Amino acid sequence: MYRRLVAFSRKPLRKSTVGASSVRPFSQTIIETSNPVTGELHITTNFTNGTQPPKGSTISLKSAKRDATQFGTRPIYLDVQATTPTDPRVLDKMMEFYTGLYGNPHSSTHSYGWETDREVEKAREYIADVINADPKEIIFTSGATESNNMVIKGVPRFYKNTKKHIITTQTEHKCVLDSARHMQDEGFEVTYLPVDSHGLINLDDLKNAIRKDTALVSIMAVNNEIGVIQPIKEIGEICRKNKIFFHTDAAQAFGKIPIDVNEMKIDLLSISSHKIYGPKGIGAVYVRRRPRVRLEPLINGGGQERGLRSGTLAPPLVAGFGEAARLIKQEMEYDQKYIDRLSNKLKSGLLAIPSTQLNGSEDPNSQYPGCVNVSFAYIEGESLLMALKDIALSSGSACTSASLEPSYVLHALGADDALAHSSIRFGIGRFTTEQEVDYVIQAINERVEFLRKMSPLWEMVQEGIDLNSIEWSGH
Amino acid sequence: MANSKQVLGLYKQLLEKAYKFDNYNFREYSKRRIHDAFKDNKGLSDPKAIDEFYNKGIDSLALLHRQTTISQMYTFDKLVVEPLKKHH
Repeated sequence: MYRRLVAFSRKPLRKSTVGASSVRPFSQTIIETSNPVTGELHITTNFTNGTQPPKGSTISLKSAKRDATQFGTRPIYLDVQATTPTDPRVLDKMMEFYTGLYGNPHSSTHSYGWETDREVEKAREYIADVINADPKEIIFTSGATESNNMVIKGVPRFYKNTKKHIITTQTEHKCVLDSARHMQDEGFEVTYLPVDSHGLINLDDLKNAIRKDTALVSIMAVNNEIGVIQPIKEIGEICRKNKIFFHTDAAQAFGKIPIDVNEMKIDLLSISSHKIYGPKGIGAVYVRRRPRVRLEPLINGGGQERGLRSGTLAPPLVAGFGEAARLIKQEMEYDQKYIDRLSNKLKSGLLAIPSTQLNGSEDPNSQYPGCVNVSFAYIEGESLLMALKDIALSSGSACTSASLEPSYVLHALGADDALAHSSIRFGIGRFTTEQEVDYVIQAINERVEFLRKMSPLWEMVQEGIDLNSIEWSGH
Repeated sequence: MANSKQVLGLYKQLLEKAYKFDNYNFREYSKRRIHDAFKDNKGLSDPKAIDEFYNKGIDSLALLHRQTTISQMYTFDKLVVEPLKKHH
């Protein structure tokens, strides 16, 4: 027999009749924010377009291509490297924990604890499964930033009597670089490996940088700004041969590129939940058990998570994270095929614009297709972002988007200031639609043309003046 | 074993539910995912595999029912690619 759905008949909501009583019906209590017809909660966000075209210009920035009154106002989300929307399937899993399963997973004396503990262990299994690890090797943390901090501070501190050296790269995420700087203050030496123009490290540089007292090598798997994939397997082999622990920040790589911690000889690996359509506020770190990796914990206490990260786990987040990991493994092939197709479409659409350049690697084996970073010469990236209020984009990592400084990652690639300033990152994910990509291609084409018409530099280039030959004065 | 009429009925019910997502991206994704899942499993002939797939669909239907309800309770402005008129 097949399972039947019992809860399917939908009863119409009973409307309370408004009488002479002073009790207000529900629909009036949130009158400012609710739809008077349906009583639906409505959260409004007003996006006013502040960018105005110069006087006498025939181009308008108000709408990309059509009558704005016929369409909505909320921007298209194209910044999945910053964070991803929570998958409804993940939310569905989490709802149980916010309604009925509220036990503390560490309570071992009653069934409330057992049932959540069982779910937590299931989640751990799903996460371990993605990277072919043992569930016991997964430690839950508050996110990839905490995982990175824990590893970069914890491993060298544990071995500080004999080892004093850390190796990382110039294009790492801020939390790795900042932790490394912190360790320098504690007396450790740090080598920051340079990268080539595609963002890849040179393996010979790594071999030469290794010393007798090197404790840890930390190199990210997929770069958050340009999407370049480092040769993790080769790095892992070099580290294992030299008996150095190898940590990789896989926040952008987990579930998106195939990772096998045993085959790639990874000793420590950081994971973030909200980059894989899971809840925010949780992440994990993989810590190898054989050969054992030891590290000093950042947080001490009740000894949860093998004593490496004390504190009560958050079962709703853990279960949501686990479900997101299960889904990303199950959907990996399907999602990647789709992302690949949209990415190729976007790339060909954007690179058709004159004087544009793709940042990152051209080799499909060392470039994650969901991250497309393009430089538009003779335009300021931030001004293009201002002109693109209907598309949610970023010129780099979210952590640095508040400052107008050009990206240090692009600087490390050898890009000059102008190029670093004029680059924009496009992120394509599971929920991006083809329609959105089409809209983005057209909008970018129009806005770039508009901004270049205003740009004196573009005018000079069109007249055939070499910009490098100009001697600027007055500043 | 689930017969073709039941499978087709499930496909229709799932799509009907998917259309009820207020969130544009979730709606489009569900439609695409349901369509592709049925297309990919079109050639299934093993009765056990068909039943397994059918039961998974029933679970997904329940999930869609819950999640579309939530999506309709918390609505946001329409996206710039979304026509303002009602979809269905």
